[in-house]
Amino acid sequence: MASRPRVRVPKTASAGDVIDIKTLISHQMESGQRKDADGNTIPRQIINSFTCEFNGQVVFACDIQPAVSANPYMEFKAKVNESGTFKFTWVDDDGSVYETEEQIEVS
Amino acid sequence: MKMNRRQMMAATAGAAAFVATGFRISPARATPEATQEAIDAFTGGAKPETGRITLDAPEIAENGNTVPISVSVESDMTEESYVEEVSLFAEGNPEAHVATFKFSPMSGSADATTRIRLASSQNVIAVAKMNDGSVFMDTKEVKVTIGGCGG
Repeated sequence: MASRPRVRVPKTASAGDVIDIKTLISHQMESGQRKDADGNTIPRQIINSFTCEFNGQVVFACDIQPAVSANPYMEFKAKVNESGTFKFTWVDDDGSVYETEEQIEVS
Repeated sequence: MKMNRRQMMAATAGAAAFVATGFRISPARATPEATQEAIDAFTGGAKPETGRITLDAPEIAENGNTVPISVSVESDMTEESYVEEVSLFAEGNPEAHVATFKFSPMSGSADATTRIRLASSQNVIAVAKMNDGSVFMDTKEVKVTIGGCGG
């Protein structure tokens, strides 16, 4: 149900810089609190975790509960000492995994 | 059974009111005690100190469905001294726990921003856990115009 993960990572940086990373994924984040027109609870379906890795090492991760808004947005920092690849992973309650990658050139 | 128009209207209105109230049963709220339990579970019982952590939230949030929240913790973020985790709690939500950010020395700086749902006006609490086991806490009251849990 989720789609189009979007991330913003600077293309270049100097070694030792702390860069700003912004991520967003489209997802309804059904909280499990709402009821449909017949009064039945709509089952929970959310993105329950997010991970950001750089060259295979976890930089930042997040445990997500239903109280995080639809289309979960995460903004955080990362310190880069070398060029490499950021890998972003989102895990859905239904077991789906959404991934995207972004390169950075460090001089 | 014969019904004239007026009786019919009254019956329909009554049924509509019944249905409407049926849908307004609001979800259970986490109590401050339940929130405290959730915080204790996160800290392992350590008593949170004030300072070092700053929670940034709007004083008034028009739409409880999407309230921007930022946390920032003062730390060198080195292998010796860094922020391990920051948890967000909302004591007026159906479930107190909102999210847990997990940092590492590679984070460079313990800052994070996200958007959360708030069911009503309430206190939002951020708790930071350092790698040496110390715990810091900050609280902000957010007034919510339209709650964000749907009914």
